[in-house]
Amino acid sequence: MQEKNRGLGLFTLLVFLFLLGPLLIISVTSFEGGNILKFPPEELSLRWYENIFHVEMFLVAFKTSILVSLGGNLLALLLGVPAAYALSRVEFKGKSVINAVFVSPILVPGIVLGFAFLRYIVGTYQLPIYAALFVGHTVIMLPFIIRVISSSLSNFDFSIEEAAESLGASKLGTFFTVVLPNIKSGILAAVMIAFLESFNNVDISVYMTGPGVSTFPIQMLTYVENYFDPTISAISVLLMFITAFFMFMVERLMGLSYFTKR
Amino acid sequence: MKKRYLYLLLLPGLLFLTVFMIIPIFLTIGTTFINDHGFSIQGYLDFFKDRYFVEILLTTLRVSLFTTILCILLGFPAAYYISKLKQRKKAIMLLLTIFPLLTSPVVRSFSWMVIIGKNGVVNKVLLSIGLIEKPLDILYTPTAIIIGLVHLFLPLIIVTLVGVMENIETDLLKAAESLGASRLAVFSKVVIPLSVPGLVIGSILVFVGSFTAYTTPALLGGKQRVISTFLYQNAITLNEWQVASIVATIMIAVTVLIISIMNGLAKKLNPKG
Repeated sequence: MQEKNRGLGLFTLLVFLFLLGPLLIISVTSFEGGNILKFPPEELSLRWYENIFHVEMFLVAFKTSILVSLGGNLLALLLGVPAAYALSRVEFKGKSVINAVFVSPILVPGIVLGFAFLRYIVGTYQLPIYAALFVGHTVIMLPFIIRVISSSLSNFDFSIEEAAESLGASKLGTFFTVVLPNIKSGILAAVMIAFLESFNNVDISVYMTGPGVSTFPIQMLTYVENYFDPTISAISVLLMFITAFFMFMVERLMGLSYFTKR
Repeated sequence: MKKRYLYLLLLPGLLFLTVFMIIPIFLTIGTTFINDHGFSIQGYLDFFKDRYFVEILLTTLRVSLFTTILCILLGFPAAYYISKLKQRKKAIMLLLTIFPLLTSPVVRSFSWMVIIGKNGVVNKVLLSIGLIEKPLDILYTPTAIIIGLVHLFLPLIIVTLVGVMENIETDLLKAAESLGASRLAVFSKVVIPLSVPGLVIGSILVFVGSFTAYTTPALLGGKQRVISTFLYQNAITLNEWQVASIVATIMIAVTVLIISIMNGLAKKLNPKG
């Protein structure tokens, strides 16, 4: 492989053109000055960015999404951190089964999970839509929280913890002063990955809409089905900025291997 | 054992998942096997007799198969190229692959509406150079769904394959070349067999992902139903919860079936045994 393989390089370039071209094209259409979405734009303006803030339903849905994703994230942490800690500390017979249960929300198709939530959490359990959204998003975030924090804990040397305990520190005290600071970056990465997963979710949120309640991606979906103007392009650009920021943060915290390991 | 308290730490999470996920899923599956007289599979029998539904199921399987094949054909060479790059360039290429992966599926499907729509970029270009006389109907067809799904899942297979290919030792490739193997031979006799585990995992992710994807077919498929949009339609628009539950169960069954077939295949094909 001394000389560069030109053909392969060109092929890869075309693949990336296919991957990134569409995102570039909608970014350009967001600067349209006219009323109709087209490529290339006729004249340039920022009016569609301004328009986002005039569409009431987007503002409300954005708030809902942030609340659901952050609230669900917090609950997923409260449930997931102790579980990940316990899983990395003990060996027992059914451990692989327990592990499988914790990752199962990723394995069940989202559109099926959403339906089951609608039928039983909203239907049978009679939870209000808002609460059901919150619970549903917690369920889908939990596997990411547990997986990322577990991998962070696998790099932690538990003899430090034992040393602290043998010097008289309490178990809880040791956890907060010794273990937690050491897996800080893992927790932060877990929170960001889970947040993106929840914030972008369509499959379960699409079932849970009610009067005045709907998440941001669902509102985008509804908008696209009814209007075809550059507002969505402008929103897409803002979302891509947020995505890029999260991606660089996770890369900093966990390295690229988080994304390439399966 | 003083470690018993550790088991207690697992309980809240397990309890939460049991109440809010496992029970709802099992009840959804369970109700499809019960009618007024007790246990019955009549629902499924009626289902597979219905041509409309079988058509949707076959379309979805076909779309998923095409998507998976295209993802492998496009993703494999690209992943190989990336895996051979120097550290810094490789990191940049990986970030460029991961970025679309993390971007909202609504944004990504929407971008294709702009490109392949009636007044979209593709039609404009083809019209202006005189290759076609009236705009092509690509949007709202199975082809549009396949394009959108390949765009959705290609990064996933590239990233997975790069992860596996990185572990193929460069010395092995050099050894093969120095012994006179052509580049193509190195690729087909060394690189491909050693990439099989990644290829299998990647294909499972793409096939199952395509089979169950909702956003892309909902936006790009128009009236063309696939199994996920059919499930949603029955649950929300038609309020046919029994039908929806049967479709949901079929989706879970197909997912499990594909994962186990591919896993079995992977065990057979794995050169390391």
